[in-house]
Amino acid sequence: MIKLENVYKSFGDNHVLQGFDLEIAKGTSMVIIGGSGTGKSVSLKSVLGLITPDSGKIFVDGQDVTKADRDAFLARFGMLFQGAALFDSLPVWQNVAFRLLRGSLARPKDEAREIAIDKLRRVGLKADVADRFPAELSGGMQKRVGLARAIAAEPEIIFFDEPTTGLDPIMSGVINDLIREIVVEMGATAMTITHDMTSVRAIADNVAMLHGGKIRWTGPVAEMDASGDPYVEQFISGSAEGPIEAVR
Amino acid sequence: MSPVALLARLGRAVLQMLASTGRISIFAASSFSHMLRPPFYPREFLLALLQIGWLSLPVVGLTAVFTGGALALQIYSGGARFNAEAVVPQIVAIGMVRELGPVLAGLMIAARVTSSIAAEIATMKVTEQIDALVTLSTNPMKYLVAPRVLAALLTVPLLVAVGDIIGIFGGYVVATQNLGFNPAAYLKNTVDFLEWLDILSSLTKGAAFGTIAALMGCYYGMQSGRGAQGVGRATKSSVEAAAVLILAANFVLTGLFFSL
Repeated sequence: MIKLENVYKSFGDNHVLQGFDLEIAKGTSMVIIGGSGTGKSVSLKSVLGLITPDSGKIFVDGQDVTKADRDAFLARFGMLFQGAALFDSLPVWQNVAFRLLRGSLARPKDEAREIAIDKLRRVGLKADVADRFPAELSGGMQKRVGLARAIAAEPEIIFFDEPTTGLDPIMSGVINDLIREIVVEMGATAMTITHDMTSVRAIADNVAMLHGGKIRWTGPVAEMDASGDPYVEQFISGSAEGPIEAVR
Repeated sequence: MSPVALLARLGRAVLQMLASTGRISIFAASSFSHMLRPPFYPREFLLALLQIGWLSLPVVGLTAVFTGGALALQIYSGGARFNAEAVVPQIVAIGMVRELGPVLAGLMIAARVTSSIAAEIATMKVTEQIDALVTLSTNPMKYLVAPRVLAALLTVPLLVAVGDIIGIFGGYVVATQNLGFNPAAYLKNTVDFLEWLDILSSLTKGAAFGTIAALMGCYYGMQSGRGAQGVGRATKSSVEAAAVLILAANFVLTGLFFSL
């Protein structure tokens, strides 16, 4: 289980998280929604230790993340970044097998390549993509490679940062379906941040609405449409009228 | 502006400079410590050797050959004012080995390598590749910084040595082809005049300048702000800092080797 307790984070005068509380049960898929610049990415990066909160506690399976052995802790995670964040200087298969080629999870090169090609197939890419470089791929293919890299070491927890941003609706649907399938198949705990409501409905078991640095509402995705929360209702409908200011 | 406001502004500037010096010192200490502790990344190190050493050879060589040739012409025409044209081989040798070889190689490395490292790492930061490295249990200081700094520390002295030789060769060609010097006598004068301390100072300067160039590229790349402007600013700042620090280090090292 992932638990964030009363987390605060500011960047200068910009108070991004102001008492952020959230619990994600093991093996479930939580999607955090909210407007741009509300701190969704900051909350996700705080769990991974990429950003250090000003105050508050974050626990993974009861262990304080600041006290965990860093390598062992990170070995439990996979992450799909918004822009895929593939390493330009490495061919696709080495991107996917990055973790399997070095460190505590290192395997022989041939075996790592086999696993990388297998994971590429899992996300719908052919084996001939393996030796191409990221710059030679389309945005959708890069996202799939990023997804293959996130699942390559079979992590227990997977984070998805805006998985469908910049993709056409068909490719977004493909990525959403892949994420859902993979999370269910692996039994992983997933935390996704997005403002794409189609993604929310496709990926989520539970949804949390972030606004003003706090979670405004959280509950099962099936109850989202009847949440009764004006912020959630405005966000779902995409209306300019409501408590969320259209001009921020 | 009132004198107090002026003083306050001056104080802030000094504090900022001290803070930057502190941050760069901590960064340098951290990168040296990561060079000594596993895991090591030999592939990254070999790529850095190729990028920093081998691929910089043409620009360092061309700079040295033209500088050596120009130096021979200058010494010959300047020396003619007091009948000292014969010192061309000695002054070209000492000028190239002690001063121009390492400084020009250092500045060329700052222009070519520092800018390239800063732009590459800054782009990686902007596109979240550095964050991705961390999530893949890879320390960016070990994977990106340590191999580059170590490669520069080892290859720039070699580049300087090659540049020194090419620079002396440039002076030799000009002196023997245009100024009427005897080739054998020119080479003998060059070899006889140079001391081991000259060569040691040249190589030491090369190691120091290479380290500075790579460290500045890595530091400013890692500190980059967002977007294309952030990458551009990081690149510009890294080259400025590397060039100034190389010239300052040259002054200090020259003092240490030849004045104390």
